[in-house]
Amino acid sequence: MDHEKVVLDEDDMRRTLVRIAHEIVERNDEPDRLAIVGIHRRGAILARRIHALLIDLLEREVPIGDLDISFYRDDVGRRAEQPTIHASHVDFELDGRTIVLVDDVLFTGRTVRSAIEALFSYGRPAKVQLAVLADRGHRELPIRPDYVGKNLPTSRSERVNVHVEELDQVDEVRITELSEVTA
Amino acid sequence: MKHLVSVEQLERADIERICDRAASFAEVADREIKKVPALRGRTVLNLFYEASTRTRSSFELAAKRLSADVVNFSASGSSVEKGESLKDTILTLGAHKPDAIVIRTPWAGAAELVSGWTPAAVVNAGDGKHEHPTQALLDVHTLRQRLGGLDGLNIWIVGDVLHSRVARSNIMAFQKMGARVTLAGPPTLIPRGIEALGCEIRYTLDDLGQADVVYALRMQHERMTESWVPSLREYAAWYQINGRRLGAKQVLMHPGPVNRGVELSAEVVDSPQAVITAQVAAGVVVRMAVLYEVLAHVPTEARTPEGVPA
Repeated sequence: MDHEKVVLDEDDMRRTLVRIAHEIVERNDEPDRLAIVGIHRRGAILARRIHALLIDLLEREVPIGDLDISFYRDDVGRRAEQPTIHASHVDFELDGRTIVLVDDVLFTGRTVRSAIEALFSYGRPAKVQLAVLADRGHRELPIRPDYVGKNLPTSRSERVNVHVEELDQVDEVRITELSEVTA
Repeated sequence: MKHLVSVEQLERADIERICDRAASFAEVADREIKKVPALRGRTVLNLFYEASTRTRSSFELAAKRLSADVVNFSASGSSVEKGESLKDTILTLGAHKPDAIVIRTPWAGAAELVSGWTPAAVVNAGDGKHEHPTQALLDVHTLRQRLGGLDGLNIWIVGDVLHSRVARSNIMAFQKMGARVTLAGPPTLIPRGIEALGCEIRYTLDDLGQADVVYALRMQHERMTESWVPSLREYAAWYQINGRRLGAKQVLMHPGPVNRGVELSAEVVDSPQAVITAQVAAGVVVRMAVLYEVLAHVPTEARTPEGVPA
């Protein structure tokens, strides 16, 4: 029996990202100070898409970067598997900017905490906003997203998988029952 | 990986993972704040029984860039001079509860022994004439950065192989990464039976032109207790890598420190083919990757052991 459910398909994902890009423009009245930073891996890919939409909307260049937060996690030595690490690229001046952090799924908030710490090792942004494609709840830290593609009330026994064309050959968000995953 | 005592223990995938991670650490060195909190709260003990400049400083810098606390211990001026054994020193320092011990000794096999006396992760920073695994890893990393990979490369290791722990580690690491290794030097400085490691032996540099990479070794006066070559001048005449012998497309490596005018002529040290400075720079990022590798896998309960180490 299939316990996997597609909650966002390709069209939904495209529309959702367009809406997030519009919300970013509406909420930031100083577009010159805006920059986008994606969290590896899928957050960085979504950030690139939002970035392209923002350039169209604003008709100007917006700096973009990506972060690998592995070295900022607080669970080094607790994980069974060592992470695959990607280089971070933040090649612009952060000081005084509004940074929109982009990730695929917001869950406990620990990844975002690590990302904020990573970001501050590059400079001191004026504001940090958070955009996520899916918010599945179960926060363990006081972190709240500014832009949410879709709220997905889930149980802990479920997994939210974001698939992107660039890595998975398909754009969609699926919820899987964890017992099926580990079986 | 709990310890890194030898290249022998590494699979090709381990070497690739460490080098890939080192490449991502390179970006940290370019930042204004050259630090990540990956090993915050961990303690690294640098235990050096032999003089060292680049290895020790790069391990210290690597640990600090990962936000670990570092304690440096030199045998000179310590209880070792009062006759304390290696095991007792390890047990004593173990009471400080280090998470990792980076150890250099003049005794082959010491790092492996130490790994049995302490619950800390042990990293071999050179044990006698045996091995120097982090040097081999940084050399592989340097070649990957420069040439993209080692598959099919023809690497000549030239000089004092007999006294060199670097040579032993590098032969294994280069071969695991797909390179062919040739050893060249005077017969007195090529250990008997080393071809069992799978490398070719040459006693002249006549065919040096075949090499893609020339890895010159230092003439180690301090380890030479007998007359292995008639004189350094004669050695230089036969085996020195100089402008006449080094082709324009060959990459030149050396673990340092260089005896200018002996194993290398000054002109080749300063030539664009030489990647000696890149090797030193790779030292920090590769050692960051190694410390991260061994410390990221130590279970929490093993990090704060009680009582006498196992």
